[in-house]
Amino acid sequence: MASIEITLNGARRTIEAPPTTTLLDWLRAEGLTGAKEGCAEGDCGACTVVIEAGASRRPVNACLCVLGQMHGRAIRAVEGLGRDHPVVRALAEGGATQCGFCTPGIVMAAWAWTRSGGDPHAALAGNLCRCTGYRPILDAMAAMSDDGETAPGFAAASSQFGGFHLPATLEEAVALRAAFPDAMLLAGGTDLGLRFSEHREHPAEVICLLNVREMQGVTVGEACQRIGAAAPYAEWLEACRADARFAPLVPYLERLGSRQIRTLGTVGGNLGTASPIGDALPVLLALGAVVECASPRGARRVPVEEFLLGYRRNALASDEIIVAIELPAPPPGALLAAEKLSRRHDQDISAVSLAACVEFAGETVSRARLAFGGMAATAMRAREAEAVLTGRSLDDDAAREAGAALRFAPMDDHRGAAAYRLEAARGLLRRLALRHARPDLPATVHA
Amino acid sequence: MNTAIVGHALRHDSALRHASGEARFLDDLPEPAGTWHAALALSPVAHGRLRGLDLPEGVRAILPADIPGQNDIAPIGHGEVLLAETLVEHHGQPLAILVAPTRDAALRAAAAARPRIETLPPVLSIEAALETGSFLVPPQIIAEGDVEAALAAAPHRLTGEFRAGGQEHFYLEGQIALAIPGEEGEMLVHSSTQHPTEVQHVVARVLGEPYHRVTVQCRRLGGGFGGKESNASWVAAAAALAARVTGHPVKLRLSRRADMAATGKRHPFLYRWQAGFDEEGRLLALDATLAADGGHSLDMSGGVVFRALTHALNCYGAPALRVLACAVKTNHVSNTAFRGFGGPQGALLMEDVLHRAAAQLGHDVESLRLRNLADRTPYGQRLEPALTRRVLAEAKADAEWDRLRAEAASFNAEHPTLRKGVGSFCCAFGIAFGIPHLNQAGALVHVYTDGSIRLAHGGTEMGQGLFIKVAQVVAEVFGMPVEAVGLAPTSTAEIPNTSATAASTGSDLNGWAAHAAAMAVRDRMAEVAARHLRCTPESLRFEDGHVLPPGGNEGMRFGELAKLCWRERVSLSATGFYRTPDIHWDAGRMRGEPFFYFTYGAAVAEVLLDTLTGEHRCLSAHLVQDCGRSLNPAIDLGQIEGAFVQGMGWLTSEELWWDGDGRQRTLGPSTYKIPGSRDVPPVLRARLLEGSEARAGALFRSKAVGEPPLLLATAVVNALRDATGVPSLGLPATAERLLAAIRNR
Repeated sequence: MASIEITLNGARRTIEAPPTTTLLDWLRAEGLTGAKEGCAEGDCGACTVVIEAGASRRPVNACLCVLGQMHGRAIRAVEGLGRDHPVVRALAEGGATQCGFCTPGIVMAAWAWTRSGGDPHAALAGNLCRCTGYRPILDAMAAMSDDGETAPGFAAASSQFGGFHLPATLEEAVALRAAFPDAMLLAGGTDLGLRFSEHREHPAEVICLLNVREMQGVTVGEACQRIGAAAPYAEWLEACRADARFAPLVPYLERLGSRQIRTLGTVGGNLGTASPIGDALPVLLALGAVVECASPRGARRVPVEEFLLGYRRNALASDEIIVAIELPAPPPGALLAAEKLSRRHDQDISAVSLAACVEFAGETVSRARLAFGGMAATAMRAREAEAVLTGRSLDDDAAREAGAALRFAPMDDHRGAAAYRLEAARGLLRRLALRHARPDLPATVHA
Repeated sequence: MNTAIVGHALRHDSALRHASGEARFLDDLPEPAGTWHAALALSPVAHGRLRGLDLPEGVRAILPADIPGQNDIAPIGHGEVLLAETLVEHHGQPLAILVAPTRDAALRAAAAARPRIETLPPVLSIEAALETGSFLVPPQIIAEGDVEAALAAAPHRLTGEFRAGGQEHFYLEGQIALAIPGEEGEMLVHSSTQHPTEVQHVVARVLGEPYHRVTVQCRRLGGGFGGKESNASWVAAAAALAARVTGHPVKLRLSRRADMAATGKRHPFLYRWQAGFDEEGRLLALDATLAADGGHSLDMSGGVVFRALTHALNCYGAPALRVLACAVKTNHVSNTAFRGFGGPQGALLMEDVLHRAAAQLGHDVESLRLRNLADRTPYGQRLEPALTRRVLAEAKADAEWDRLRAEAASFNAEHPTLRKGVGSFCCAFGIAFGIPHLNQAGALVHVYTDGSIRLAHGGTEMGQGLFIKVAQVVAEVFGMPVEAVGLAPTSTAEIPNTSATAASTGSDLNGWAAHAAAMAVRDRMAEVAARHLRCTPESLRFEDGHVLPPGGNEGMRFGELAKLCWRERVSLSATGFYRTPDIHWDAGRMRGEPFFYFTYGAAVAEVLLDTLTGEHRCLSAHLVQDCGRSLNPAIDLGQIEGAFVQGMGWLTSEELWWDGDGRQRTLGPSTYKIPGSRDVPPVLRARLLEGSEARAGALFRSKAVGEPPLLLATAVVNALRDATGVPSLGLPATAERLLAAIRNR
């Protein structure tokens, strides 16, 4: 049986531990106790380490990664920086530590950010600190700079560690799926990873799709994006940022998990779990995405609306794999918007989400696609509201009427009472009209 | 009073090790050979009779019958069980301890445990418990004057009712203990605790051993906030019990879910009040009830009720009043200490009263604040209204209050759906444990013959910077650099019979005790030095690492003197002890001076609210906190900012949610949302009040800082009252509550 090999803090390591051991547990058992377990569900960031590949640095939650997924990758843990590293010094000298338990994770998130840049709040969205109030952390980050170091690149190859399979081609993946119909299909593991980290399971067979060549990357076409099912959200976000047609999705996708989650989590996984609050799903519905699936019987293309069947149920057959998602661009002149309501702005699961693609003929709505998350057993279009808007100008009155036409009976839980969800969903339709009518005004409380 | 080290903005002693990952928390310590791991089987229901427990094979299960001592973990009273015997009283209550050679095996066994419980109807609200008169802490009343007559005579009468929610501590390091059995019933317990002595007592009680056989140690906690007072004790007792039964060292590290299910939280409160005002907005009479949800057992609810009661009027007063506070028994997890300890809940009362009155009488709430400031509390302790006025005025000046208000008004006139709001808050927070005898501390100082110093005291380091502050005090006494002071882990073997590090008193109490110990050693050293330097001991100065006689004569290095003392067979080690003077309380009359002093703070906050969704964001906050002559302004600033953000979380985003059967559904950070970096106002300007000095007898004239600034977050709620136009808000002010408040306006 092959051994898992990783590069840790610049040194090659051969690992004999079971492939479904979490990276965090393994690091700590090796005596590298800088990364801490704060929650074991990928929400607190105390276990943050960084995956390096060439010049790229992406933070991950070591509690949600398992060793098998990490095969062949280069990982930097806090011990790989050392006490003289400028990022470490900046936080220590800036009064940015109190109890210090979250600090190594914050060091690693900040270290990744000195390379990747962007909004410092986005870089910290996956790291909770209960002591400082963050101000000194942000101040310390403002003075940090990139240390210029690079790591080896990553080249995927197919591997197998006991029952943990890492196919590198679609053909292999489909064959494994046929051979092990009960195997866990694992991509980034930001949802399924809880079975390892929290429930301490070691499933007999796992097919990890992260390295499948045909499922990689986001390709930009004339009329659509093709999002590989194993492409992490981080890549989708970058593709949207670089493409004006999809740019309105950027603020929404930046609220999907945290940088740590977006390093590993995939759109394919969101479709696979088919949760009613999967944040990618309303977007896919509003733009009329098509899901490409593969099985020994051949390829199949399923419109996303037909793919989502119900609460955590999808149309994937037991021998099928999601290969990619084809996401059409909004037509020129259309209004594309995505809104999310959650208790906290960052790193939170939606109470209600709305993705809208509204097309116009002159001032009049010619076609509207409105898709909500959190309002039903699955993400779902609001066809009655779409009908109300069609043929009208998109103003506050029309939005109110569209809201009154919503026919959802949403769930009632800790993320929001049913009545709140319905009222807030109506509010989001009015916000859509406000965005359209008054692009000069801020539409939300968020900067 | 010139000081060389005290008062300087030194950084946290462990800052570099925190950031490099070298700082060792309990779970980072190497495990002794043969360490086993424990996990807890928890009740899946809120209330019921335990008929049995089906457990998986292959692990050692520890049940109440295995307890050699008492099944009692009560921190103050008696009869709070470690493991449920027949009655299950809350969802998440520990039923059994599962022990296995690996943590995975223990956790899987705990998850596989199947209790057989005959369910009983749970009591899930304060209202329901009040109706049946089910009290954990019976009503305590502070009264003055004839409140009925004063209410009847008042030109304006108002009544109000509102609620404030609880709060999960969410220390990043969950509860953890490692118990290592020794000879003859000895047990060494490493515990992440704010109260090593209580851990010692509870472990000894559960094991049936005298206290001397149990030693408890703690170098640092990954956050405490009150959550590792009584709750750390039972976690440690469970580990020690498992170690006793199996003979192995046993580590118990609660998973986050188990931690959030089984450990207590901040007390939620229900408030009902009647108030009478005159035309000018002067409060003439107040009749108020504050009822806390204590959960299923007493824990420290008595102290929480006391502090809520003594802070219910905050810095305000009324000529006639009756304030009643109590804690009721419900089928929730037993609520416990949380930063502020009932004080923040108490201070919410007058904000509701004043904002309602301002709206009804057509006054500005700011004028009502100033009109109702008091110069003494309803229980007879002197307040300093001039200081309240000063912190409030300075916070408003910092925030440019008038400009903020004008900007909010013009923004609100322009924007169709977003609303800005501005609010203020000021408070007086009493410093001392409410129970007078807890106000004591011990310390132990050694000087070694190279002149290095080792400091031990009874306080615990949980991130608040206590160790560096107390080290500064000791370094100051010896005239040595702070690096010369080595910091010992807190241990019951070195400092016995301590109080919890709590009630903001850590540096006041332990700083004084360490000062006394250091002075005792220094006095002995000074006698030796005086003989050699031919001067009087009193004329010697200890500074810059030297001992200097008067008149510019050459002295000696501190290390030289230490060695000389040893040669002359003079002890270089001393204990120090401190008890807070002047505090007293008459429980019969409900009068007294329970606090050593008050600390004052004020805040101004500005929010932006979306009336379509109820979402809001705090845009700016200006805070001014009185720390007297701060022992360490950098540490204190960190406490102020951190407490404010934690308070914002309590009052706005953090919501504990139980389903209709009383099962807690917010058991992790995915469902329970503490503030993230973006939630911190982009403009957050906190500062210490300048030129302030605490009363005589305060440590270097400093004031405590741990809890009081948490209350300043109330300014955010007040800004939301302004933005919504709704003077009374249910808390936490989540988007859901704010949207409902706007709709029902």
